[in-house]
Amino acid sequence: MKKEVKLTELLPGEKGIVNHLTLRGLERRRLMDLGFVKGSVVEVIRRSMFGDPTAYFIKGSVIALRREEADEILVIKIDEGD
Amino acid sequence: MGLTHQSCGSKASREKFHVFTDSSEQPVVALAGNPNTGKSTVFNALTGLKQHTGNWPGKTVLRAEGVFLHRGRSFKLIDLPGTYSLLAHSVEEQVARDFICFARPDATVVVVDSTCLERNLNLVLQVIEITDRVVVCLNLMDEARRKNIEIDIKGLSNELGVPVIPTSALMGEGLDLLKESIYRIALGLQYTKPLKINYDDVVEKTVEKLNKKISFYLPEYLNLRWFSLRLLDGDMTIIEAISQHLKAEFNNTTRRVSSYKYRESVN
Repeated sequence: MKKEVKLTELLPGEKGIVNHLTLRGLERRRLMDLGFVKGSVVEVIRRSMFGDPTAYFIKGSVIALRREEADEILVIKIDEGD
Repeated sequence: MGLTHQSCGSKASREKFHVFTDSSEQPVVALAGNPNTGKSTVFNALTGLKQHTGNWPGKTVLRAEGVFLHRGRSFKLIDLPGTYSLLAHSVEEQVARDFICFARPDATVVVVDSTCLERNLNLVLQVIEITDRVVVCLNLMDEARRKNIEIDIKGLSNELGVPVIPTSALMGEGLDLLKESIYRIALGLQYTKPLKINYDDVVEKTVEKLNKKISFYLPEYLNLRWFSLRLLDGDMTIIEAISQHLKAEFNNTTRRVSSYKYRESVN
């Protein structure tokens, strides 16, 4: 089993599969409503000048998240050539 | 408008949302959907309007309303703000939620983007948890076809338990079928059996307990189960929304009845 990493650890162009959310309550719900549910593929699109916020492509939409939120999303990184 | 029988009680909550129908028989239809699903295109295609925006009480969120005719009946169409969810993380979501929940439209059309169904069905599930008077409008079908996306419309409709109508509002496709479906749902000519979302045992049991505790405080027409689930979420905005809504109700006919019921329960 590959190791979980924080979504913020992925670089632009890299992809991961959402594995776990460490948030609870309404904040967790909000991320799920935006498409961050277990098994979804997420791609890092681009990072703004100081690395915050970052744009992610998930389930057909581009969603921008702040570092605090993206830190709570644990993903399994998809390696090139997989 | 004077205090007619219709303006009191259940219909009065609509006036709070600044929905003034031409007559008490004019059904109200809400348009909900994710952002960028062509919701406004559907709105314009149905009403023939270019744009007509209004304002919510105390909110700066724009909304549009218009009228369309079908089989000689006139329907009031309300375009709600585009949202991914109805769980009130933002003002837009709160507006959409409160409208569907408290203004109780005769039908709610959920416009979904056929090219990314998975994302869009989240909102559909949330809407059918509140109301059974739902029509799903599978919009952008022309784009889906271009991307070779095939959708099992019958299967989807069977699973959701509500009508699913494929359209391409931009091309003018499927609009007559959509109107017909809205007509049947809004006038109660067709009943739906929305998919009931079951949660795990602990949640279901707690919901049952909560239902018993809060049923006394909520008017019958509000969806008890849904409120209990939101309370379990720890959603404070729903408590605020209910009390505001009930205050408006109290100012109308329900006041006497409620205080009577209250006295009975105290004794």
